[in-house]
Amino acid sequence: MSEMTIRNRNNHIRKSKADRIFDFIIYGVAALLTLLALYPMYFILIASISDPNLVAKGDVLLFPRDMSLDGYAYLLSMGNLWGGYGNTILYTLAGTVIMLVVNIPVAYSLSRKDLAGRGFFTFFFLFPMFFGGGLIPTFIILNNTFHMVDSFWVMVLPFSVISYYIVVARTFFQTSLPAELWDAAQIDGCGNLRYFFQVVLPLSKAILAVIALWAAVGHWNSYFNAMIYLRTPARFPLQLIMRNILINNEMAATAMTGSAAAELNRKANLIKYGAIVVSSLPIMTMYPFVQKYFNQGVMIGALKG
Amino acid sequence: MRRTESMRGPSVLVRAGRNWGLYLLMLPAMVIFICFTYLPMYGVIIAFKDFRPAMGIWGSAWAGLKYFLRYFNSYMFTNTITNTLVISLYTIAVTFPLPIILALMCNQMYARRFKKFFQVSTYLPHFISTVVMCGMIIMFLSPSSGVIPKICSLAGIQTGDLMGNAGAFSSIYVWTEVWQHVGWDSIMYIAALSAVDPQLYEAAEVDGASKWQKVLSIDIPMLVPTMITLFILRCGSILGVGFEKVYLLQNDLNISSSEIISTYLYKMGLKSNQYSYSAAIGLFNNVVNFVILILVNQFSRKISDTSLF
Repeated sequence: MSEMTIRNRNNHIRKSKADRIFDFIIYGVAALLTLLALYPMYFILIASISDPNLVAKGDVLLFPRDMSLDGYAYLLSMGNLWGGYGNTILYTLAGTVIMLVVNIPVAYSLSRKDLAGRGFFTFFFLFPMFFGGGLIPTFIILNNTFHMVDSFWVMVLPFSVISYYIVVARTFFQTSLPAELWDAAQIDGCGNLRYFFQVVLPLSKAILAVIALWAAVGHWNSYFNAMIYLRTPARFPLQLIMRNILINNEMAATAMTGSAAAELNRKANLIKYGAIVVSSLPIMTMYPFVQKYFNQGVMIGALKG
Repeated sequence: MRRTESMRGPSVLVRAGRNWGLYLLMLPAMVIFICFTYLPMYGVIIAFKDFRPAMGIWGSAWAGLKYFLRYFNSYMFTNTITNTLVISLYTIAVTFPLPIILALMCNQMYARRFKKFFQVSTYLPHFISTVVMCGMIIMFLSPSSGVIPKICSLAGIQTGDLMGNAGAFSSIYVWTEVWQHVGWDSIMYIAALSAVDPQLYEAAEVDGASKWQKVLSIDIPMLVPTMITLFILRCGSILGVGFEKVYLLQNDLNISSSEIISTYLYKMGLKSNQYSYSAAIGLFNNVVNFVILILVNQFSRKISDTSLF
């Protein structure tokens, strides 16, 4: 760090004109890009609490106008949205735990150089990154062989082994656990399982956090598996409900007529903006606090394992 | 390599027995992978059969290449391949170089607070779900109430109904992809740049190099291995344009340029229950992807010594 400050100061002293222009362009473009990245999200936020007619006319661009919480009030009455919220929390918790339980031990085993058949097992776990049976054969196996379609388990179990997570965690174990540690434990009569649970796991909280966060965000945001494998609306996760609201314009549980329908139509976009805020809030508010773990994970993944 | 090891020490079986715990640790994942990933790979043979659910995968009658030929001869073949290639190549051409530029820029910033804020805000859109992203795109582009046509008309540009414009589909897809993922995709490159030895910069400064010259002759060469690795991976999914976003952005008006292999396969397979036909399209798609990956990997190993495997 101190090295960087010294360099920085040096730059300051003998900054040439070209370098000053260079800096000016860099910071100018960066400021512009920051605005571009944030504005759409800010717009959603102010549009969700402004008068929908003013939003539609393009009069709400910088600040909310005629603020009201009508959209959110309507959202509170949407039982299926909150049902979906509950389902998603359940799938996310169960799915994340399962992903940790199945992927982390594999990564550890593959990281051990003395694993007999290491080449074969590595191939076994990484090959599906590059080739797969495809949607239809997978569907047929899940439906006709395992009868899992439209069940809780189909959302958390069949797709829980993720080759990429295994690669990243394996690299972590290879680079952060010294081989001498295992040698020492072995001399003390410690077996593989005890070593894994009592030594490896406590030393690997960082990688557990990385994988858990990736898995949780993945579960929270996915709609594809639910669309393919679920039939009963009561099991639908949040994202599938969100698709019905945002893309298919299905807002009311029952068909409406007359003035109620017209009123709902007027508020349709307001409800959509509100739904976006409500569904994205947990991840967006959590993200700045845990972002260092996400970055760490990508950087471990970038190391050649 | 492994052979000499096993000749030196005890036999493979003895070593395996001593480490039985390690195999136990892999067992749950192996069972899951065999049931839900490798079994479907075997199930892919329905692409060569007239699959009837009642008869099972093995019991159904063989159909040879019938379903592949049906796809190659259908009018949807050229349509879906062209659309997939257009979207895919356009995406690579734009979303491959931009994260590199962003990382180079980020590496030039010394104001720490600003840099941090810049990074957090450009990563943030990555965490928006595909459904919400597509909902935002559709709402923002709506000709009657969308904010983008409004801003364009302030600047005197009439956009019309962009979501209903088949010609605009690929651009909408690609540039929203840039907005959502360019920051996140730059992390790998930022990581690679943070590994540059500061002495290199100091040496360049002593020689009187400007910032721009340092970028050209230190930073960019440092990124080449990362670029090649990521590029090979991208090439491995040239026909694998993500289903999720395209499917949600499709509508009757833009379908002529938005029907890609994966959306067509889904409609054929799960909406009209043509299992074997759909499995054949999927297999064709996966094989092409796999072959391209291998070819690019071999090519890269020859010319640059960088490869995935």
